[in-house]
Amino acid sequence: MREVALLPYADFLGITVAGERDGAPLLLMPFSEGLVGFPGRLHGGAVSGLLEIAAIAAIDATLEEGEDPRAMFKPITVTVDFMRPGALADVYACGHVVRVGGRVANVAVSAWQDDPTRMIAAARMNLAIGALADE
Amino acid sequence: MVFDPAQYLTNSRGGHAVALGLRYVAHGEDWCELALAYDRRLVSDATSGILASGPIVSLMDSTAGCAVWCRRGVYLNQATLDLRVDYLRPARPGKAVIGRAECYRLTRRIAFVRGVAHDGDPAHPVAHLAGTYMLLDTDA
Repeated sequence: MREVALLPYADFLGITVAGERDGAPLLLMPFSEGLVGFPGRLHGGAVSGLLEIAAIAAIDATLEEGEDPRAMFKPITVTVDFMRPGALADVYACGHVVRVGGRVANVAVSAWQDDPTRMIAAARMNLAIGALADE
Repeated sequence: MVFDPAQYLTNSRGGHAVALGLRYVAHGEDWCELALAYDRRLVSDATSGILASGPIVSLMDSTAGCAVWCRRGVYLNQATLDLRVDYLRPARPGKAVIGRAECYRLTRRIAFVRGVAHDGDPAHPVAHLAGTYMLLDTDA
């Protein structure tokens, strides 16, 4: 698997690449006070941020050397479902590239804490390939 | 005590909203506006300086949550059930992003919210949000 570089926003959240899972980068967001939303739970936006970064990393891992995913892929939509409250603990996420077509890439991504079979959140993301038409 | 988003953000000593530097702009009976200042730590690409999409989701989740509390009138336990964000265009580097959300329907267990984010002109938004929230401090 190609080594991926995470975006500056990933550093802000403390996210690192912790390994690989089913051919995609496995991301870790260690718990910190800055990720808390309602008292006692992780913020939905922080978990969404991790899911988006994992989605982009999954695409990144499929690219050839020298291609920059930030230049090539621009988010169009993200849809996030929250299944369980995020405990004040580390979170893992991993994306699965569903399809890279001529114009749009579709990625499914999920996040969990201690048990990979118990998702806390999942997202689907559509990204435009290349510049958006009216830019 | 009636929920006041200005007090809520001012009194928050930690958490994600404080880490992102969100600040209060305005609110009404069923809506709220918060702002995300431009911050180079939140970009998707150091060269372009364009904000990543994630901080905009966090801004909109926080803004939508506050809109629900405005409509409920009190700060009670609630959790995001789902969020859908459409990224209409990149936010301009250096500009603050303003989120505005409205809780347009409240049932016993679920709140429905819609909103937009813009970087100066509300008529030309950078993102659109639809979300639902589960109300957890209810008998139902």
